[in-house]
Amino acid sequence: METPMIYYIVLSLVMFFAGVYGFITRKNMLMMLISIELMLNAVDINFAVFNRFLFPGQMEGMIFSIFAIAIAAAETAIAIAIIINIYRHISNIDADNLDDMKY
Amino acid sequence: MDLSQYSLIWEYMQPELLLLVATILLFFVDLFASPRFLDKWFSGIACVLLAVVTALSCIPGSETNTLFAGMFINTPMTTAMKMVLNIGTILVLLQSHAWINSEACRVRRGEFYELMFFTLFGMYLMISAGHFLIFFIGLETASLPIAALVAFNKQGGKSYESGAKYLFNAVFSSAIFLMGISFIYGISGSLYFDDIAATASANTALFVVALAFIITGIGFKLSLVPFHLWTADVYQGGPTAVTAYLSVISKGAAAFAFIWVLFKTFSPAPEVWQGILYVLIILTITLGNLFAIRQKDLKRFLAFSSISQAGYIMLGVMAYSAQGLTALVYYILVYIFSNLAAFGVIATIEHKTGKVGMDDYNGLYKTNPKLSLAMMLAMFSLAGIPPFAGFFSKFFIFASAVNSGYYVLVFIALLNTIISLYYYLLVVKAMFINANENPIETIKTGCYGRTGLVVCVAGILLLGLASCVYGYLSGLSLTVGF
Repeated sequence: METPMIYYIVLSLVMFFAGVYGFITRKNMLMMLISIELMLNAVDINFAVFNRFLFPGQMEGMIFSIFAIAIAAAETAIAIAIIINIYRHISNIDADNLDDMKY
Repeated sequence: MDLSQYSLIWEYMQPELLLLVATILLFFVDLFASPRFLDKWFSGIACVLLAVVTALSCIPGSETNTLFAGMFINTPMTTAMKMVLNIGTILVLLQSHAWINSEACRVRRGEFYELMFFTLFGMYLMISAGHFLIFFIGLETASLPIAALVAFNKQGGKSYESGAKYLFNAVFSSAIFLMGISFIYGISGSLYFDDIAATASANTALFVVALAFIITGIGFKLSLVPFHLWTADVYQGGPTAVTAYLSVISKGAAAFAFIWVLFKTFSPAPEVWQGILYVLIILTITLGNLFAIRQKDLKRFLAFSSISQAGYIMLGVMAYSAQGLTALVYYILVYIFSNLAAFGVIATIEHKTGKVGMDDYNGLYKTNPKLSLAMMLAMFSLAGIPPFAGFFSKFFIFASAVNSGYYVLVFIALLNTIISLYYYLLVVKAMFINANENPIETIKTGCYGRTGLVVCVAGILLLGLASCVYGYLSGLSLTVGF
């Protein structure tokens, strides 16, 4: 018996909003980055599931999720580079310490 | 596979391909030319390459071409949009010459040009996209290198803070945007703009949610109000040349791309996105203006001013007509010249003295009459005072919104124009009227910077009077079907 589609969708939505929650509440920038990865992976699951269950004859969703994964990797690379740069300046990666500019 | 496609790719994707060739050429120049030669000519080479790309490929033709089964669409209007972006980028390159050749940045200056050209390439893709995959790749290609550019001042200042703020906001909003696309895919089973418009049933809740998510993603790039919080910090901390690039080119490209997404993909439900935009525009214009009043740092000040300008730009999208499209492209063209004139003056003064506060500009007219004059014209044009180009662009964009029946919205926008007049004139007052014991000393602008400023000022003075520009754009936008 096949797992119904709704299970996958619920999983991906839970992942997505866990990511949103983590992005807003976490202070450590690496944890924020991980939260964003959660969100992006939730989207990938969505694409794959929609493709598999609703439009099985074509591959558009699968292809899109492959591209999304590649671009997410590029995002992570740049984010890590900037985080390392921040660590060199202020010796920690706490988002709370990036408050020189406000309002 | 049909091999005859290859020659068509070269023919139809010329702006993109030539830009890539230019980027690679720049890379080799950076690698092999002697530093002494580059000190003098690197900016010049970059500008000339971009001008050549523009002249060879970005002159609007008359036919609509599609490639890759409709994923890539090249119309006369998209080509005109690319030309507008190119003009702006050339001006930014001219203005950045002094900063990029300073001691701290000289080693890495090649990266600056190459990253900038890559972002431009991404914006081209965004504008020409006919499929959400191309659109998404373009969006990311346009925003990720900018994060690196914003964090470009590695040694000092708040550059790293700005870079982090920009990057995290960009990635967060692009994740939300992607979620929107995945819902759209679930509804319609296709990611082609035209197919979505044909198959999606407009009134389902999922469609509205997807639309809201997509507007969030692009609204971030445009810095519309609920998604604007990154703008001021990034503008203040980033290098001034990059800030200028962000505020005009990146924003203009996002507006151009936004218009295609809404007009093509979401054409079944114009009242839904117009309803969302209606609220966003009022919030954007009003809050942008109110926050701009209390700014003391000129770069932050221009950040909030650019937020409210984004609201005005969106009026052209609201109109949803050929007139609105024309007014929007024209508005962005004028906005490029006015805003870059302001940023050019700020960049010059910041590079020589390090001062960006509004109080530092007190009595600037005594020592630097030409710079103050350029700044004054820029402020007048941004505020929309009659003989200058800014007035005409505002007039056209209001006219297009009125023609579509948005009387209340235009009235609110007009009231906000009056508020904006107040704070734009504050800068002029500081330069011309406020007394100052020791104003900024007389500054000699370099050759590149001066050329950039002169072109900007000429644009401010002439664009409004030369009606052929608007007429030309209007002719192009009539070829777009509504």
